[in-house]
Amino acid sequence: MLLSRVAERVYWQARYLERAENVARLLHVFSALQLDLPKGTKLGWQTLVQITGHEEQFVEKYKQENERNVVRFLLAERNGISLVDMLAFARENARTTREIMPTEAFELINGLYYFARDNAEAGISRAERNEILDQIVSRSQQIGGLMAGTMSRDEAYSFVRLGRSLERADMTTRIVDVDSQKLMPELEVEDAEPEAREPYENILWMNVLRSSSAYQMYRQHVRERINGEDVVRFLLQNEQLPRSAAHNLTTMTKVLRNLPNSNKVNWQVNKTRKLVRDADVNRLLRRGLVRHLDSVQKEIAQVHFKIADTWFLPGNS
Amino acid sequence: MRVNWKTYNSGKFFDEIISSPGYARKPARRLASYLRSLTHEELQQKKTAAELAIKTMGISFTVYSDAGNIDREWPMDIIPRLITGSEWNQTSKGLQQRLEALNCFIHDIYNDQKILKDKIVPEDLIMDSGNFRKQCLGMKPKYNVWAHICGTDLIKGDDGQFYVLEDNLRVPSGVSYMVENRRVTKRTFPELFADDYSIRPVADYPAELLDMLSSLSPRQVKHPEVVVLTPGIFNSAYFEHSYLAQRMGAELVEGGDLVVEDDKVFMRTIDGLSQVDVIYRRIDDMFIDPAVFNKDSVLGVRGLFNAWKKGNVALANAPGAGVADDKIIYTYVPEIIKYYLDEDPILSNVPSYLCVDRKQRQHVLENLDKLVVKPANESGGYGMLIGPQASKKELAEFRRRIKADPRNYMAQPLISLSTVPILGDRVVEPRHVDLRPFVLQGDKSYVTPGGLTRVAMVKGSYVVNSSQGGGSKDTWVVDDA
Repeated sequence: MLLSRVAERVYWQARYLERAENVARLLHVFSALQLDLPKGTKLGWQTLVQITGHEEQFVEKYKQENERNVVRFLLAERNGISLVDMLAFARENARTTREIMPTEAFELINGLYYFARDNAEAGISRAERNEILDQIVSRSQQIGGLMAGTMSRDEAYSFVRLGRSLERADMTTRIVDVDSQKLMPELEVEDAEPEAREPYENILWMNVLRSSSAYQMYRQHVRERINGEDVVRFLLQNEQLPRSAAHNLTTMTKVLRNLPNSNKVNWQVNKTRKLVRDADVNRLLRRGLVRHLDSVQKEIAQVHFKIADTWFLPGNS
Repeated sequence: MRVNWKTYNSGKFFDEIISSPGYARKPARRLASYLRSLTHEELQQKKTAAELAIKTMGISFTVYSDAGNIDREWPMDIIPRLITGSEWNQTSKGLQQRLEALNCFIHDIYNDQKILKDKIVPEDLIMDSGNFRKQCLGMKPKYNVWAHICGTDLIKGDDGQFYVLEDNLRVPSGVSYMVENRRVTKRTFPELFADDYSIRPVADYPAELLDMLSSLSPRQVKHPEVVVLTPGIFNSAYFEHSYLAQRMGAELVEGGDLVVEDDKVFMRTIDGLSQVDVIYRRIDDMFIDPAVFNKDSVLGVRGLFNAWKKGNVALANAPGAGVADDKIIYTYVPEIIKYYLDEDPILSNVPSYLCVDRKQRQHVLENLDKLVVKPANESGGYGMLIGPQASKKELAEFRRRIKADPRNYMAQPLISLSTVPILGDRVVEPRHVDLRPFVLQGDKSYVTPGGLTRVAMVKGSYVVNSSQGGGSKDTWVVDDA
């Protein structure tokens, strides 16, 4: 018998943990991308802030959208948005649901939080950043693995999966939303020839794939040389890729079968899933991708509200 | 530099490990020589490893401060404390005897009041007690047991005997740290287990607790729904609430998770409302039900008290049980044991003076600078006066308080608490300790082997409360191998 309050905390713990991992992946990939650009070219780091949807808070605090400020903002600052704070929230939710989670899961989350808190500041400079972000990603994976390997497939675990899948679907739609023009503005100015941009476009898409651990999978599945259209299609629509939007929405429909009163949520998830799967990516890339992704994100937000409505609100008798 | 027991000196105090400089007591000899076999670096490494384990295991407690509530790592000294099996067997009997008598007393107070009619305990002491709940009159809980979980504070005096310092019958805490301290010690000194000592395990406490709680269920079902009711994350014992719920496989609920309908208690789940049979409540009486007690309480559940009185849900401990853990009633416990059980008390009280008695009060006021003065129903060491360490101003203040409200105060001579060694940064040093074993009573009774040892980490100090800088130790009840 799962308490509504506990269900909510388990769900958020999974979301925060997943979000922290995603931020770590994004920072990692952007830091690598920066190194591939021609000397003197600066990456549009503000894109990262846009992906996470916190432009307003950033502008309030910082004048310059440079690497240092963006990394500080997203990694280390105690602003309720940063990776460290995501882990603090995940830990707090885990701490208040210790009675139902495996003991080792709390210990790992707890350890990961302390690691991030004590090292995030050092990650602002480039020298140690990779090592720290690698650790965060792999320790997050370890937590997911531990839960998968030790938790009963009960309702609590269902809420872990719901939270994680929804967060992944959401983040993937944000990642494919990157705009190469904004990301590499200086290339535009330096050389107007589209051909000159091409190698960097490829590097960009390659890194987008890497951020989702999808580069190798792409190679095996798509067999085309890397291009925007295939990458977007792959990340949004491929059913096998564990971080694709479609895969995660499908996972949710399966998880929902184990939960009581899930009709409304299920309807909303299927609506979102259809929107993602039926999209004509080729056409969207020429026009309307941004708007399409916006509406997908709105539907994803609706999924969350339906989940909260159905299971978290008190008095749901 | 290795541990040198020859320079270890507890002075006039009874030390539980070292009887005189250089000589360990018999049961402690293997421990003492083992500690001596380690280099300073090895010992410090073990200390650091234990601290790290406590941090990653998330063993914490919450401290209230002006800057907000801080979640702190649990302080534990790695050197264990030893109690022999035979000594413990006797102590354990004494604890069970005491709780049994106290439960007879509480039941009598809320029903026939024979002990008052026989004038063993003065009636006005009960009626004036801040812990007497008139709403409970006439209630007959299952097995006539009111205090199901008791944390009894014991100290060892100069004679090496255990004395009862107080009975905690409301919401005693600390048992989770007893279990976790053992887990940390196993990581720290695995060599000592089994090879050198046969130590009674403590890890089954949650199972014993669940059995006891289940035995209280009003519904006769195979698996009654048992929940732990917590005030929430900001409570200093939240770690323990969630720990016990987890180890018992019970739900951890807050007031808002419960609702009363038709005098039955339900919890809100993702599948709708689900009936609750037994509530292990970690909320004080006054906050459990705003309809009956404190009207402003947001921690409790409206209607809970009536559901209990109708017999539709069990509450552990029962409301009103605190009437017997009042520090004034404490002084009557030896008589209470004789009255109900017709037995001599196995465990002794610390000698005490009642301020409500004119002659005893006179003695207290004249010797205030030598005594410890305690208010009737404060806990956690708050509102206490330690005469020998108090300033003139504090003494004057307590003189005034005692005269104004004699019923609310009792005094005891400053008992010399026994010492055990702690591992400091440089050397091992003696520090004062007490012991809180936990006693369960439902359809049968149970005592933890040992309990939670609390230790005053400051040299010479008697203050062992974790909220005031105290630490803890793993406590071993060892049987002859």
